[in-house]
Amino acid sequence: MIAIFKKELNHFFSSLIGYLSIGIFLLITGSLLWFFKGGVLDYGYATLESLFNLAPVVFLILIPAVTMRSFSEEKNMGTLELLMTKPLRDIDIILGKYLAALVLVIFSILPTFIYFYSVYKLGAPVGNIDTGGVWGSYIGLLFLGASFTAIGIFCSTLSSNQIVAFILAASLCAATYWLFDIISDFPMFSNGLDYFIQQLGINAHYKSISRGIVDTRDIIYFLSVIVLFLAGTKTVLESRKW
Amino acid sequence: MSITLKNLSKTYGTQKAVDSISFDIPTGQIVGFLGPNGAGKSTTMKMLTGFISPTSGSATINGLDIEKDALEVRKLVGYLPENNPQYTDMYVAEYLHFVASVYQLGKNANSKVEEMISITGLTPERKKKIGQLSKGYRQRVGIAQAMIHDPKVLILDEPTSGLDPNQLVDIRNLIIQLGKEKTVILSTHIMQEVQAMCDRAIIINQGVIVADDRIEMLTSNDKKRQEIEVEFIEVVDKNLLLAIDGIKEAHALKGNGWKLISDKKTDMRVALFEFAKNNQFTLIKIQVNEHNMEEVFKDLTKKK
Repeated sequence: MIAIFKKELNHFFSSLIGYLSIGIFLLITGSLLWFFKGGVLDYGYATLESLFNLAPVVFLILIPAVTMRSFSEEKNMGTLELLMTKPLRDIDIILGKYLAALVLVIFSILPTFIYFYSVYKLGAPVGNIDTGGVWGSYIGLLFLGASFTAIGIFCSTLSSNQIVAFILAASLCAATYWLFDIISDFPMFSNGLDYFIQQLGINAHYKSISRGIVDTRDIIYFLSVIVLFLAGTKTVLESRKW
Repeated sequence: MSITLKNLSKTYGTQKAVDSISFDIPTGQIVGFLGPNGAGKSTTMKMLTGFISPTSGSATINGLDIEKDALEVRKLVGYLPENNPQYTDMYVAEYLHFVASVYQLGKNANSKVEEMISITGLTPERKKKIGQLSKGYRQRVGIAQAMIHDPKVLILDEPTSGLDPNQLVDIRNLIIQLGKEKTVILSTHIMQEVQAMCDRAIIINQGVIVADDRIEMLTSNDKKRQEIEVEFIEVVDKNLLLAIDGIKEAHALKGNGWKLISDKKTDMRVALFEFAKNNQFTLIKIQVNEHNMEEVFKDLTKKK
């Protein structure tokens, strides 16, 4: 697993992929947080809310872009056969690739601590910010990124075409993020079902953690999504043997 | 490290890609696995290396079942897949280091990588990306990654396809040199290659084994028939040739050449020389065509 992890990580940072995705994430979140209308300076409140509202949307595009090649390319070039006939378990290959992509996601989140520090310092008085909420949001964002990464890895096993993998992953991420919220708004579910439908989506749990309360139900939800899609990845890889 | 296949079959939908094949390869033998395209060679190799599962039947490598002990088997086997897939954006040495770490060579990794680079003649190319290499060098990288953990069994799927004649000879020699003391299965459809490299040939057609024997036996099983090519300066009448004792057929070739088929076991060249002398013809070519692998292959795979 370590070998695969290193190889994938090397690939991200020896090509432009790694720098580009981190750079674009910071550029978009940074400019919206600081410079655009409605940013911190314009709005006047010491809050990182706009960062945490925007980051999932950016991840929705960036994470599928990072993960789309992971299995698609191997399938397309035939190197999957090379990997699968080495003394590696399927799960080693999956976890190696998954963790490498996750590290890239974490690397793109880490620099935003500078935003937090700046807003913290800008507060009047200094530190007048909902620190608990911010940490909760970071944890939520991490889990959200980890879930999107699992979805992206899963989708890239479905096709040997990277574009197809990307579109599938972006749609599936968007669906798990928003779709359940939208469905729960349908009038026919106003009888109380709407809550349960909402709970199926990522957004509800992301919002819940963002309030600064780390609820085990939310953690279990995110872990389930990750395990579900990684198990799906394993099943698809094994389907070559059917 | 023996390889044993028992009634191994693979069915895709309704199509039988490999239909109940069985054979035994003792330690140290180099076996050529022959067959036309789509005969089931690659499928068999993919099953042996654990990439796909057999529909039925079983196979063992060194007594280890290819399904139950898949990981152990993979440690013993070096495999070069068909078309030699490679990570084209990795550097040669970087790639071999990656493969070494997959095989968990640990402290030996560095020396092993260096050894493979020098054995396979990749030294001048080691700093290049695999995608920049010529086909011959890329093939060497493929062989290097298959051999880096010193496997006891080598499975090479068309190791020489698409190479130019010089590269072909290089790769062939490399396999012969590295294949000593190893059990090797290599697939190909180049017949001379089997004659040059292998002890034994297994010919497969439409998923079924049609021949499995030592090369000498395969090429010598049809000695009742001799084929001789002759050429004269003069124009020679066909009936004159057919009048020679033992000549059954005469086919005109270009110029004044003839292909003669004889059913005699004695060397026909003496009789032909006498014939030319007696009729005052000038014999400028006389050559006995050996019954070679190519014909054996054609015979066995065309009949169906």
